[in-house]
Amino acid sequence: MTHFAAVLLFALFASTVFGITQRETPQRMVRYGAYCFVLFAGSAIALSWLMFLIAR
Amino acid sequence: MPAAESGVKSESEQGFVYLPLIAGWLVPGAGHFLLRKWYRGALLAASIVGMFAMGIVMQGKLHTNPHDILDILSLAGDLGNGLLYVVSRIAGLGAEHVQVTTADYGTRFIVVAGLLNVIAAVDAHNLRTGRKS
Repeated sequence: MTHFAAVLLFALFASTVFGITQRETPQRMVRYGAYCFVLFAGSAIALSWLMFLIAR
Repeated sequence: MPAAESGVKSESEQGFVYLPLIAGWLVPGAGHFLLRKWYRGALLAASIVGMFAMGIVMQGKLHTNPHDILDILSLAGDLGNGLLYVVSRIAGLGAEHVQVTTADYGTRFIVVAGLLNVIAAVDAHNLRTGRKS
């Protein structure tokens, strides 16, 4: 398993739990879960690029 | 007259109030199943068990004898997995020492799965008490 696949799996599992537990209606659960997933995955990609540029 | 005013308690207001919390901690999703929230329970169980299983597959470490404060915090996170942690310990799953990078990720997966399970159990308790619908 690649590191990026691990990040995506982590984001998927965590955002699913966050979505279900932090919102009340199914529609808002899905929206909040998707929002958390994008934040998890997006921040990992952004920080990875930042570390890559710092290391050069 | 509303049911609450007439003294008739609904089904969710009867029985031991902490049962969904304890069941949800011991078995991921069980608290929601007890409250007949089938889809939520199934998704929570799949996510938490999936994350724990991925942690084991990645040769993550199950904390046993904490030596410093970080180990104690990690053990607390591991214990959040309830019976998953106990069964895995009995079955001898999980690595003794972290030797590869993915094992370090796996260790975090196991700890976070436990913390997510605690969140899910508290959510079941909130549903049970009527704090959340």
